[in-house]
Amino acid sequence: MVKKLLEVKNLKLYFGSPSNPIKAVDGISFDIFEGETLGLVGESGCGKSTTGRSIIRLYDITDGEILFKGKNIHAGKSRKELIELNREMQMIFQDPYASLNPRMTAGEIISEGFNIHGLYKDKLQRREKVAELLEAVGLNREHAYRYPHEFSGGQRQRIGIARALSLDPSFIIADEPISALDVSIQAQVVNLLKRLQKERKLTYLFIAHDLSMVKYISDRIAVMYQGKIVEIGMAEDIYHNPIHPYTKSLLSAVPLPDPMTERKRQRIPYEYEETDEHAKLQEVLPNHFVYGSNSQLKKWII
Amino acid sequence: MMRKKLLEVKNLKINFKTYAGLVQAVRGVNFELFEGETLAIVGESGSGKSVTSNAIMKLIPQPPGIYEDGEIFFEGRDLIPLSEKEMSLIRGNDIAMIFQDPMTALNPTMRVGRQITEVILKHNKIPHSEAKARAIQLLQLVGIPMPEKRFRQYPHEFSGGMRQRVVIAIALAADPKLLIADEPTTALDVTIQAQILELMKDIQKKRNTAIIFITHDLGVVANVADRVAVMYAGQIIEYGTVNDIFYDPRHPYTWGLLGSMPDLKNDVKEELRTIPGSPPDLIHPPIGDAFAARNEFAMAIDYVKEPPMFQVSDTHYAKTWLLHPNAPKIPVPESISRRIEGYLKEAKGNG
Ligand SMILES: Nc1ncnc2c1ncn2[C@@H]1O[C@H](COP(=O)(O)OP(=O)(O)OP(=O)(O)O)[C@@H](O)[C@H]1O
Ligand SMILES: Nc1ncnc2c1ncn2[C@@H]1O[C@H](COP(=O)(O)OP(=O)(O)OP(=O)(O)O)[C@@H](O)[C@H]1O
Ligand SMILES: [Mg+2]
Ligand SMILES: [Mg+2]
Repeated sequence: MVKKLLEVKNLKLYFGSPSNPIKAVDGISFDIFEGETLGLVGESGCGKSTTGRSIIRLYDITDGEILFKGKNIHAGKSRKELIELNREMQMIFQDPYASLNPRMTAGEIISEGFNIHGLYKDKLQRREKVAELLEAVGLNREHAYRYPHEFSGGQRQRIGIARALSLDPSFIIADEPISALDVSIQAQVVNLLKRLQKERKLTYLFIAHDLSMVKYISDRIAVMYQGKIVEIGMAEDIYHNPIHPYTKSLLSAVPLPDPMTERKRQRIPYEYEETDEHAKLQEVLPNHFVYGSNSQLKKWII
Repeated sequence: MMRKKLLEVKNLKINFKTYAGLVQAVRGVNFELFEGETLAIVGESGSGKSVTSNAIMKLIPQPPGIYEDGEIFFEGRDLIPLSEKEMSLIRGNDIAMIFQDPMTALNPTMRVGRQITEVILKHNKIPHSEAKARAIQLLQLVGIPMPEKRFRQYPHEFSGGMRQRVVIAIALAADPKLLIADEPTTALDVTIQAQILELMKDIQKKRNTAIIFITHDLGVVANVADRVAVMYAGQIIEYGTVNDIFYDPRHPYTWGLLGSMPDLKNDVKEELRTIPGSPPDLIHPPIGDAFAARNEFAMAIDYVKEPPMFQVSDTHYAKTWLLHPNAPKIPVPESISRRIEGYLKEAKGNG
């Protein structure tokens, strides 16, 4: 039996004022199992980053519950519990240029968390740990003394990954970690994330709008549209048998490196359909959930 | 049908003077482009794609840039010796460009609608009201909701993706003969991207526009391109029709690029191929084949002598010693040939 690492229950996160809220995340529920990668996709502004940032407690949530290893992460916590939670969950950010402090060396960036957590107080020990992390992400120990501007984009993203790994987390939220990179470097980073996952039994929430990489790296995929999860299931099922019209539309727009397919490509435009108050995420096939009312689901499944 | 040759770039060399030394950013690029045709330029970051396209627009800052050598014939006339005044008549008129960074292309102090209308009025003798209607229609065409309202807003009130669509609308408003699009859709959602690609192809069909499309997304290349130029370290190292490049790639660098995309159709979960190492220093470009140090199939000669462009077919060329008659026959790596076979089989199956 696979264990649930993270449970998100009816999560809502509204920005703006209560009288005029921006419903960035509007009642989503999903689980992430230990050791898996859940891909989160959807158009710009649909609430992917907000979901990730709520899980890592960068926001106070409006409603709902997030359980990590069975414990509510937003409920009152002792300082010790919070520190432990921060250690276990880490985030890799989209922009490898903006997310590293230009005045710190790679080594300082990677070891920053050690102070907060009182780890590796011995200098030599700390230097060894940094070197080990650099090597784990395919850089070498000399790189510890260089500044961010002395690295290429792919190398900078590796430093971000090394920093995320520094406290031995069990769960990593990667928010568009490869969008800013070249294809060949994207492949390096994706291979690296997969290898580290195997070696360290990591669990990932992988946020992206590039569906090809998401399908490749994810075990399951959740599709978001305007603050709601409209479909969630095994990556293969979502890709080969999409049911929600938004998912179909999204997939019909992904270009493949195959000119003959591309010449025949027919994009399916998405037309928003109102749902009634009974709409919910329903299991239409084993482990394949779609959001809609009963009548909508009937219509979509045939 | 006789197609008209619109652009011919010959032996283009662009250098930059820097403190560290002379950067040889573009090292002898040749290609041609016909009316109504789309050429995609692909290659990793720093390979010279933007410098090549900026050079065609004569937008290389001098200094530090130097037009070291070569010619750029547009409708038979070399652009390189033209004065800035002559060039400004061509720019935005005959040749329009969509830049990699949309913010630099928009005037932050002018309403978006006016920026588009001005371009339309510059190119058409039509009443202001008609230009405005056309501008709103363009905004709608590039997928901006509520275009009447957006017409009156300033660039900072738009999201990044919407700004990029405005830049595209402005470039299209000029109705150019040649459109150069430098990573126009990289920052956009796939759905919006697909919409914009359809729009560009549509306009191309109606007006016979030639397009140079720069991107590192090979899916987009397969979608838009008639011909493809693969750039590496300031040179074109493979050149051919879109089918040549995707179904019969010959250069190991092209293999690397194709292999770094996941194979979605075949649900294969093997490691992605990566290109080891990093691109060469263009201040001291390597002797021989610039790709040698990263090429698992490199031969002794690759470190000594630069390969010429070998001709594979009427339309297909590649710059690698592997194509020399005396070179060992290296087959396309298995992971790539397998996926190509898959694509071809499917195409046959669908008739
Ligand atoms: N700090 C904020 N204040 C107000 N609104 C916000 C804030 N952050 C996000 N939003 C809004 O919430 C919605 C969801 O934004 P979010 O950043 O989660 O989208 P996303 O799916 O990550 O998009 P992208 O693919 O562009 O990164 C958007 O409408 C956005 O404008
Ligand atoms: N103004 C400049 N001064 C010095 N070097 C420059 C200048 N502009 C470009 N270069 C160099 O020219 C080379 C080619 O750059 P170019 O911008 O054409 O790359 P690109 O292929 O467009 O890459 P990307 O995919 O990152 O946009 C790079 O090595 C770059 O550093
Ligand atoms: Mg985001
Ligand atoms: Mg560029």
